[in-house]
Amino acid sequence: MLCTICKEKPATVHLTQIVGDKMQKLDLCEDCAKTKGINDPTSFGLADLDLMLGLGASQQLEQAAGGVELKCPRCGFTQADFKKSGRLGCPECYKTFADGLAGLLKTMHKGTRHTGKAPEALRATRENADKLKTLQTKLARAIKDENYEQAALLRDEIKQLTGRPTPTNLAR
Amino acid sequence: MNLHEFLISPAETAQRHGPHDRIVMSSRVRLARNVRDAAFPGWAKKPERVKILETIRPAVESLPEMKDAFSEAMDNLGALDKQILVERHLISREHAAKNSGSGLVLNHEESICVMINEEDHLRMQALRPGLQLRQAWGAIDRLDSELEKKLDYAFDNELGYLTACPTNLGTGIRVSAMLHLPGLVLAEQINPIIQSVNKLGLAVRGLYGEGTEALGNVFQVSNQMTLGETETMIVERLEKVLAQIIEHEENARQTLLEKKPKVVFNHIGRAYGILANAHSISSKETMNLLSLMRLGVDLELFPGAERSLVDELFILTQPAHLQKQFSDKLSAEERDLLRADMVRDRLKNVSRPVTKPTPPNTGN
Repeated sequence: MLCTICKEKPATVHLTQIVGDKMQKLDLCEDCAKTKGINDPTSFGLADLDLMLGLGASQQLEQAAGGVELKCPRCGFTQADFKKSGRLGCPECYKTFADGLAGLLKTMHKGTRHTGKAPEALRATRENADKLKTLQTKLARAIKDENYEQAALLRDEIKQLTGRPTPTNLAR
Repeated sequence: MNLHEFLISPAETAQRHGPHDRIVMSSRVRLARNVRDAAFPGWAKKPERVKILETIRPAVESLPEMKDAFSEAMDNLGALDKQILVERHLISREHAAKNSGSGLVLNHEESICVMINEEDHLRMQALRPGLQLRQAWGAIDRLDSELEKKLDYAFDNELGYLTACPTNLGTGIRVSAMLHLPGLVLAEQINPIIQSVNKLGLAVRGLYGEGTEALGNVFQVSNQMTLGETETMIVERLEKVLAQIIEHEENARQTLLEKKPKVVFNHIGRAYGILANAHSISSKETMNLLSLMRLGVDLELFPGAERSLVDELFILTQPAHLQKQFSDKLSAEERDLLRADMVRDRLKNVSRPVTKPTPPNTGN
């Protein structure tokens, strides 16, 4: 087994961490382990997620891009920059690198959707968007089940929420 | 205003009390925020950073909580001032390294500190003595709600608050407590505790945060995950874990006293012996020995001595604080001499530790 970082020397330091129900592994050679500050496996630095995530992050971004170098149109930040720093360039980068980040966020966090505080100005629209999403899912299911009575009700509810007719065509 | 006229004296700081403060030294909640349509500080060029600072700083200064605040651009603070702020845990080491285009706004009570253009445009934190995570979250939540009326935050419906590092995405929250755990260290139970805390998705770090060692048996416990849970859930989870750590620490102290009293008395007695008699001592050794003295005070082995005496020395003996008191041209060797003089002087009225805890309520 070769070192995850340098991919040259054999890995002799193996880290495993269980976060929630996911297992994360990292195999390093002695030199890389030292430079990353993991020479004492009992030290608490070992379980520090940053290092592991930092590594996984750039790899995932690379794979998601399929070899093409993505560049943020807003700030000019590239994947290579992310690989170097583990940080993004601007808020817009989250859109530019969305595909690569999706998998990464899944391993990094409890969920992939924000459920906490939102700026007051956005709170109402946020709740509506949530509601609309649920209703649309229900509507799709009702149509699939040929439960047109319920579908009509849901359609009305959606209409009320959005203030205009839904694009879903029920009159087939 | 000069930073030193502004800062609360270490003596006063050491007098601040909070729930469970014999183990939980302080609570902290920080939020990461960024403004829309601007590059993050690490990627923005200097003129853009300066512009962001010029937008954010007046907005922060205008908040009612920031009345009579200390507000300064980082390039106007000297290296020693910055280091003092780090030693007081008011700014991060990363922020201390910043210059032009970064800033700091610190409220009068030193309970709210806003770093501008650290890793994110805004890193705002609320600090409380003892275990007061909810109160700290409440305070910073209010500040954030006021600030959002003045600034256009980068917020995404799916991903929440957008941050420079994906590890802070979503809530942008870091909830942390600074714990003094000499019992668990002496009982050699600290590593399994750290491991199980890690398994719960929480991080354990040293005295000065990321990548630092646990000097003086002080550990910081904080959340790692910021996306997919509400802020309240994160605060509550941390509270639960902290309650358990506190219990383990209390048990470890109790068990040590019952099963290995000689080990405890030996450590504390030697710590006192060196601190009260040394003529040269490094900051690291001082911290580690003061930690044992603090334990001794908690175990009532120093009748009449206050914990605040130790806590004040914890602050005063650190390198930048020491240099500020004497001269900023001191070499490390000269500092060690002055540090030892100061500690000896402060401890001259503290008698050597008794060997039996005073009954009846030992360790409670």
